[in-house]
Amino acid sequence: MDLILEGLRKAFYLIFTLDREVLGITLLSLQVSGTATLISLFIGISVGTAVALSKFPGRQLVVSLINTGMGLPPVVVGLFVTIFLWRNGPLGFLEILYTPTAIILAQAVIATPIVTGITLASIQNLPANLRLQILALGATRVQMVWLLVKEARLPLLAAVMAGFGGIISEVGASIMVGGNIRGYSRVLTTATVMETGRGNFDVAIALSVILMLLAFIVNAILTQIQQRERPR
Amino acid sequence: MNSADYSNVLLQAEDLLVRRGGVTVLDIGALDVLSGQVLALIGPNGAGKSTLLLTLAGLLKPARGRLLFRGEPIGNGGFDYRRHIAMVFQEPLLFDTTVFENVATGLKIRGVGRAEIGRMVPEYLERFGVGHLAKRSARKLSGGEAQRTSLARAFVTKPEIVFLDEPFSSLDPPTRDALTGDLEQILCETHTTAVASTHDQTEALRLADRIAVVNGGRIAQIGPVAEIMNRPANEFVASFVGVETVLPGRVVETSDGVFVAAVEGGEIQAVGHVRTGDGVLCCIRPEHVTLSTNTSFPTSSARNVFSGTIRKITPLGLFHRIHLNCGFDLVAYVTRQSLETLSLDEGKSVIASFKATAVHVIPHQAPR
Repeated sequence: MDLILEGLRKAFYLIFTLDREVLGITLLSLQVSGTATLISLFIGISVGTAVALSKFPGRQLVVSLINTGMGLPPVVVGLFVTIFLWRNGPLGFLEILYTPTAIILAQAVIATPIVTGITLASIQNLPANLRLQILALGATRVQMVWLLVKEARLPLLAAVMAGFGGIISEVGASIMVGGNIRGYSRVLTTATVMETGRGNFDVAIALSVILMLLAFIVNAILTQIQQRERPR
Repeated sequence: MNSADYSNVLLQAEDLLVRRGGVTVLDIGALDVLSGQVLALIGPNGAGKSTLLLTLAGLLKPARGRLLFRGEPIGNGGFDYRRHIAMVFQEPLLFDTTVFENVATGLKIRGVGRAEIGRMVPEYLERFGVGHLAKRSARKLSGGEAQRTSLARAFVTKPEIVFLDEPFSSLDPPTRDALTGDLEQILCETHTTAVASTHDQTEALRLADRIAVVNGGRIAQIGPVAEIMNRPANEFVASFVGVETVLPGRVVETSDGVFVAAVEGGEIQAVGHVRTGDGVLCCIRPEHVTLSTNTSFPTSSARNVFSGTIRKITPLGLFHRIHLNCGFDLVAYVTRQSLETLSLDEGKSVIASFKATAVHVIPHQAPR
C-alpha cells in the first residue's frame, strides 16, 4: 500500500513541478498520436465514404477487411512497419525507423481502419433517400458527399475518439518502431513500460496518471460537442 | 385534349425501361408532362409510381429510353437538369440543422449570395407557415412542420418542375388536408409544373389537372381528371379509381348552403361551404343515382334531375353499371330486376336523379 501512496505522491510532485522529462514525453505523445489521428481521419473518412457510396464487385470483402482491420493488434502492425522500414526493407531508404515519424506511421496504420469502419457504418446509416434528396436539390457529386459527411458528423466524432483513444494508449507498435529513445522517441506508454521494468513505480504511476488524464480530457471535449448536438 | 399541344410539353419521356435485379419494374412508352399543369400518378403500392418519379427527376438511370426537357435530351449525367427541378419525398429528409439552414441548402448549393438567401428563405418559410420556426432544430419539428420545411426547401429554388412522392401520406388527415391546400395554392400562384404520386384519390382529384394510372410498371391510362374518372379505359382503371362520376365545375349561385355548379353540359345542385366563382369537383357515386322511365318528372327530394340516354350497360354480376349521357357523363348502378322492370337498353332515354347531399364536393382550382 505504501508503494502506491508513495508513487502517487511522487507522481503529483512530478506533474505539478512540470518535470522537464515528463513534460517532454507528454508533449511528444500528444504530438505523435494527434498527427496520426489526423492522418487516419483524412484517409479513413475518404475511404469509408467512398466505400459506403459505391457499388463494385468484391465490396463485401472490402467491408469485411475494414471491419477486421478495426481490431488490428498493435504488435502485428509494429512488426510489419518495422520490417518495411528496416535498413534493407521496401521503405528502408526513408531511414525513419526508431524516429517519432515511424511511430506516427504505425499509429496511423492502427487508427485508419477504425476511422474507416465507423465512417462506413455512419454514412450507411443515413436514410437511403437522403443521397437522392441532395442530388435533387441540385448538388454536384462533391457537394453531395460533403453534405452527407456533414450529416454524419456526430457518429464521426465517435470515430475521432475511438481512433485517438486507441493509439494514445498503444504501446506495442510504438516501442518496436520508435525504440523508446530517451528525449527523442520516448512516449508515455513506452516510458511507463520501461520505468515499471526498472522498478521505478513512482515515475510509472505519474506517467499513467498523465496518460489517463490526457485520454479523459480529449474524450471529454469531444463528448461535450457530441452531446450538445445530440438529437433530442 | 389527350393528344397534347406539343408547344406545351415541358418534359417528355420516351421509351423508358427500368430494371431492378433483372426484373423490369418500369416500361413506359411515352409520357408527357405539360407545362404549368399538375400530373398525378395514382396506382396501387408497388405499381412503380416512385420509380417513375425518380426516373423522371433524373435520379435513376433507366436501362433504356431518354428524357427530353424543353425538347432537349438531358445530358451531363442530368446535372444541369437537376438544377431546374426539385423533389419532395414521403419522409421530410431534413438535414440535422436549423429550419432556416435546411431551406437555404438548395440556394447555397447554387452559390446564391448571403443577402439573397436572407431575403428568399424567410419568404418561403412564411409561405409554408413555418416562419416562426426558422431558428428551430429540424429534429424538433412535428411531422407536418417537417414536411412544410421540406416543401419550402424545394420551392425556394424556384424549380420548373416539382416531383412529389406521396408527400403527405405519413401525416394525419387534418394536417394532410391543410398541407394539400397550401400546396395547391402555391402551385397555382407560381404556375409550377408538378408530378405527384399518391394513393389518396381525393388528393389526386384536388391537385391534378391530369391523372396517370400506373399499374405493373406501365401506364394504364393517362388523361384529364374527368376523363379518367368518368371513362376508365379498362377494368383495372375502373376498379382502382372507383366509378364515381367526377364533374369539374364552377359555382354560379349559392343560397342557404345549397349551391349550383355549372358543369360541362349542365348544372348540378350540391351542398357545401363554397363561394360563387370557386372551382369545384362534383363527385357522384353510382349507387346514389336513381333511374326512372316516367316522362313526367316525379316530385321528390332529389334536387338534381336530368334526362339522358343510355350509352352503355355493363353487367357486374348482381347489378348492372349504366353509363348515361345527360349532357355530361353519369354512371348509375341498377339491379337486374330494375333493369328488366324498366326494360333499360342502350340508346334508351331515361330520367336520372340524385340528391344534392349525395354530391361529394372537392375544392379544385380552376383549370389552368
